[in-house]
Amino acid sequence: MRRVNRDQRTRINLTLNGRAVSADTEPRMLLSDFLRHALGATGTHVGCEHGVCGCCTVLIDGTAGRSCLTLAVQVEGRAVRTVESLASADGKLNALQQAFQNNHALQCGFCTPGILMSFTDYLAKNPKPSEAEICEVLSGHLCRCTGYAGIVAAIKEATGSK
Amino acid sequence: MKPRPFDYVCPDNVDEAVALLAAHGDAARVLAGGQSLMAILNFRLAEPEMLIDVSRLAELDTIREGDGKIEVGASVTQNKFLAWPALATKLPLLAKMLPFVGHFQTRNRGTVCGSIAHADPSSELPLALAMLGGEVVLRSKKGTRVLAAKDFQLDMLTTARESEELITAVRFPVQSEKQVAFREVARRHGDFAIIAIAVVVEEKNKFRLGVGGMTGRPTVRQFNATGDAAIRDAAVALGVELEGLEDMHASAAMRRDLLRNLAPVVVNEALQCAA
Amino acid sequence: MGDLVSKVLGTSVRRKEDPALLSGRGRYADDLPVPHGTLHAHVIRSPHAHAKILKIDVAEALTQRGVWAVITGEDVKKFSDPFLIVLKAPIHQWSLAVERVRYVGEPVALVVADDRYLAEDAAEKVQVDYEPLLAAVDPLAACKKDAPHLHAEAKSNEISVRAFSYGDVKGAFAKADAHVKLTVDYARMSFTPMECYVVVAAYDPIAGSYDVLANFQGPFSTHPVMARALRVPGTKFRVRIPPDSGGSFGIKLSVFPYMVLASIAARITGRPVKWVEDRAEHLLAASTGPNRITEIEAAVTKDGRILGLKLDQLEDYGAFLRAPMPGPLYRMHGSVTGAYDIPNVDVINRVVLTNKMPASLIRGFGGPQLYLALERLVHRIAVELKLDHLDVIKRNLIAAKSFPYKTAAGALYDSGDYQSAIEMATGDGRLADLKRRRDAARAAGRYYGIGYAAVVEPGMSNMGYLSNILTAEQREKAGPKNGAVSMVTVNVDPLGAVSVTPDVTVQGQGHETVISQIVAERLGLKVEDIDVVIELDTAKDQWSIAAGTYSCRFTPGTAVAAHMAAMQIRDKLAKIAAKQLNVLPNDIEFVDGKVRSRGNPDNAMPFGRVAGTAHWSPAMLPDGMSPSLRETGVWSPPELEPPSSDDRINTSLTYGFVFDLCGVEIDPMTYQVRVDRYVSMHDAGTLLNPMIAEGQMRGAFAQGIAAALYEEYVSDESGAFLSGSFADYLVPTVSEIPPVEFLHQETPSPFTPLGAKGLAEGNCMSVPACIANAIADALGVKDISLPASPRRIHGLLAEVEARQKGESVRAAGGAR
Ligand code: FES
Ligand code: FES
Repeated sequence: MRRVNRDQRTRINLTLNGRAVSADTEPRMLLSDFLRHALGATGTHVGCEHGVCGCCTVLIDGTAGRSCLTLAVQVEGRAVRTVESLASADGKLNALQQAFQNNHALQCGFCTPGILMSFTDYLAKNPKPSEAEICEVLSGHLCRCTGYAGIVAAIKEATGSK
Repeated sequence: MKPRPFDYVCPDNVDEAVALLAAHGDAARVLAGGQSLMAILNFRLAEPEMLIDVSRLAELDTIREGDGKIEVGASVTQNKFLAWPALATKLPLLAKMLPFVGHFQTRNRGTVCGSIAHADPSSELPLALAMLGGEVVLRSKKGTRVLAAKDFQLDMLTTARESEELITAVRFPVQSEKQVAFREVARRHGDFAIIAIAVVVEEKNKFRLGVGGMTGRPTVRQFNATGDAAIRDAAVALGVELEGLEDMHASAAMRRDLLRNLAPVVVNEALQCAA
Repeated sequence: MGDLVSKVLGTSVRRKEDPALLSGRGRYADDLPVPHGTLHAHVIRSPHAHAKILKIDVAEALTQRGVWAVITGEDVKKFSDPFLIVLKAPIHQWSLAVERVRYVGEPVALVVADDRYLAEDAAEKVQVDYEPLLAAVDPLAACKKDAPHLHAEAKSNEISVRAFSYGDVKGAFAKADAHVKLTVDYARMSFTPMECYVVVAAYDPIAGSYDVLANFQGPFSTHPVMARALRVPGTKFRVRIPPDSGGSFGIKLSVFPYMVLASIAARITGRPVKWVEDRAEHLLAASTGPNRITEIEAAVTKDGRILGLKLDQLEDYGAFLRAPMPGPLYRMHGSVTGAYDIPNVDVINRVVLTNKMPASLIRGFGGPQLYLALERLVHRIAVELKLDHLDVIKRNLIAAKSFPYKTAAGALYDSGDYQSAIEMATGDGRLADLKRRRDAARAAGRYYGIGYAAVVEPGMSNMGYLSNILTAEQREKAGPKNGAVSMVTVNVDPLGAVSVTPDVTVQGQGHETVISQIVAERLGLKVEDIDVVIELDTAKDQWSIAAGTYSCRFTPGTAVAAHMAAMQIRDKLAKIAAKQLNVLPNDIEFVDGKVRSRGNPDNAMPFGRVAGTAHWSPAMLPDGMSPSLRETGVWSPPELEPPSSDDRINTSLTYGFVFDLCGVEIDPMTYQVRVDRYVSMHDAGTLLNPMIAEGQMRGAFAQGIAAALYEEYVSDESGAFLSGSFADYLVPTVSEIPPVEFLHQETPSPFTPLGAKGLAEGNCMSVPACIANAIADALGVKDISLPASPRRIHGLLAEVEARQKGESVRAAGGAR
């Protein structure tokens, strides 16, 4: 039984984007804060902290979820993947990212990392989604800038249905 | 929007979890998928002294069939259940309702049991459990207790769970009826429903209708009725009886009217399903 | 312009901003490192709409772990003065409540601690004793004599009433065949950027200066307001804007009171202080668009020609008037007659304060409120006179040949051809298709309506428009205000690398790309060759009070200044090259990274060589030339004059046109409105980057849909706020945004060298009006409140059914 008391700081070990990392935290620290401020992975954004906007979406053991509704202590021993992992080391965008640029699927870009991570998970499970399926997954994200059309077009392009 | 401090405990098995609940009772909250609880904590609407994280208990991460029932463990996520291969044949109503639960991303972590434990009046899973006559398995140091859906959810966000009890599973009876339909009205895709209506056709001219969002907990009724007019009348009577909740998004009258309008539609949709 | 023929300008260059943003390498305010020892703040907010603060007990909070200070209104009073406002009225707002709270969510105290979690813990230990007072929540009730007063010294909640009269409205109403009248309500809403406010403030006690990093959007006319509040000269209030910001839509002007608050906290604690607004705070208290009640009346001929117009606009700004409010009430003043040729108009503008969150800047800025009233009225004229709605629109449009056109209230519309835009939008079978769909639906007994909206979209505000709230005499005394200065600096380094510093803040509009296009075009370089540095720093960069990103000032303003700066550099380099190539400067052209002779293209130098001359060899420069290769383009269009003595004002520099048509169907089973087809026609002058332009339009369209159908800030009668989470404040997802077809026409503005107009707000103005008109058409009802939620549609349908029942009873001849 693992127990961390409220005033206690504990070391969390996890794999972040393929690399073993660790940092100290107290039990109530949200994973979103932990990633951004303890691990410096600021690509994951925080837009609501109540699970609605999707900005904070990351992959935990390959599955997309809200990092604002997850505690840092819960990812002990797990693999977390964030938007920083998508492009190659020399900065080359992957196909999904490139499709976003091609289709003007972002403006301020604040919502974008979460959307990319959701679809990184979803497209691994369903590589050829219909437009309705794309919208179904995308409806778990809020974007205030784009009106969504570019995002749908980008995902269609990335999945070869355009 | 940062949670208040709490102790975090990740038990290795159900016995440990139950022992913790026995020791801490009301002061502890069980953390499964966290899709409701974490938001509540971030808003500081609750002040548990301890969180007992059951999300990693392998023994609760199972979907099992036995005794004509499908038992879903407390750490089974909604998406895992949705992807369960036998869902459409054994629980056709759930197959229709689960996609309406939150979003892909929240279903990835949100659990079936967690949603039922949260007992929101308009959420889909409590309604499904009530419609199918399911039950909730509760464990405490004293033993195991099984409550029928109707005895479990008492009112809005209120259940019969005792503070030292852990919901270890819920059970849905395997459905013999194949004619099912579900429909909900929500402001936005994926929002909690203003009203949710489920229908199961039991036999010719006999159907079961479940409604969420009208009162503090789901309502299920059996009807012997044929024809839109009769169904409509029955729905009107039910609406009058239930009165309906009043909130910013819908008045009670509007909820009653929605029930009246949609009940015949959902019944017809169910009838259209190949038997 | 000869060799200024466009190669990259006007094309859909992909955005330079994107790769970094797509890779998690954005640099948003909360991503940037802060100095060691930075403290974190949390704001304690009022639970009451209106109350006296009796006592704030901070003792217990101060004993909590990690707590450095709890700052209250008393401290704030010590270190700052109330914010300046546009009116001379006794309305004192500090960055924390002083003695009294006036809205739910008003900042009451600031807890400063080692981290945010601890600050929130300690906040729960602060005891505030309130004596609740009666609240004035409803704007009409707030204007009544017996209403509780928010600001006792002001003696009324209706703090400004100004009446304007242009032409002969009395005469128009006297000779009209009919009068058509309507009251229209516009609700409170926001566009809630996905990133909330972020401020990091530091204080240097030796210099007595503040340094603030914030995702502030401008206008920088607020900078003097903040500096004055902190009692320092502008140079001692340094504001730095991070290079990326997660959306704004007007909302991030209102971070400014928190910039002052964090500054005070930094001064008190002696440490840098960071505050990151959370979503609960944002929804509760950040900013809202103002709600407005408009009584509007037209004098019309029997064929629907509008002879005269009267508007009585009551706008609710909440608890305080924040600078530069009441902008929305005055920003559209010149174009209060919209796209129509109406020579006679009376306007009454009223400002009321209520016990609600203060209203402020928001995309559309007064346009949605105006056009909902005006366009609903035009529809009502058609209904009441039994005319076709589109015919009434067409009958009143400003004629294409009359541009530049002076409106009754003084706007100088630069260019347009509204008739041909409407022909285009309704052509190609679009309107016919809508009518077919409507007729089929109605034949089947369904509720289907067609809506139109014609909208003139102002771009680049005249900084003098707000002074129209003062009388001519008061303006005379205060000194005239006008203009909108844009400034951009282009710098060329010794290797010929070009960097550009514009006077905008960026929240996703693609300014970096468009500025690169402009400068690259002018200098014969590639878009990639231009580096745009968008991190406005008031201590180092050129800026004016007009700086910032708002009121669609980028294309008519900053883009022009970029063009001017590039041209200044170009002229200079041409002269340098001409001397070395032995040709005349006007024989020089800039092509493909070369500076060469037009007549003999082989006589050429690389761009970098020419630039290097200025840096390395001043002796080789033409006589008298200064060696600097840093040029600031300053753009101050002469058309933006101060208000005239008879209150006429050219409120903006450019005036685009938007014409929308749509079909909606109302589901009588679920009370939902479904947009069946939507067409939006734009004339924004020359498009600098069509892809980015359309992206802006799509974003505005989605926000228009949000305003029409989903989003509303709701307070109950006591002033309690009911829209405090994203579960109750309904931002549409992809599933709620219908498809839209955009069409474009380009009539270049003669008033800007690039011919481009503002374009990012038009659909925020047109969509609510167009959808409201379609709903009115579908249901045959007069009063439409937005957002048209199922709850409201349910009410309207009850009205419709009652009417139908009445009609059938009458038809049956019964019930007499
Ligand atoms: S920040 Fe996690 S869903 Fe919005
Ligand atoms: S691009 Fe700004 S919120 Fe989506």
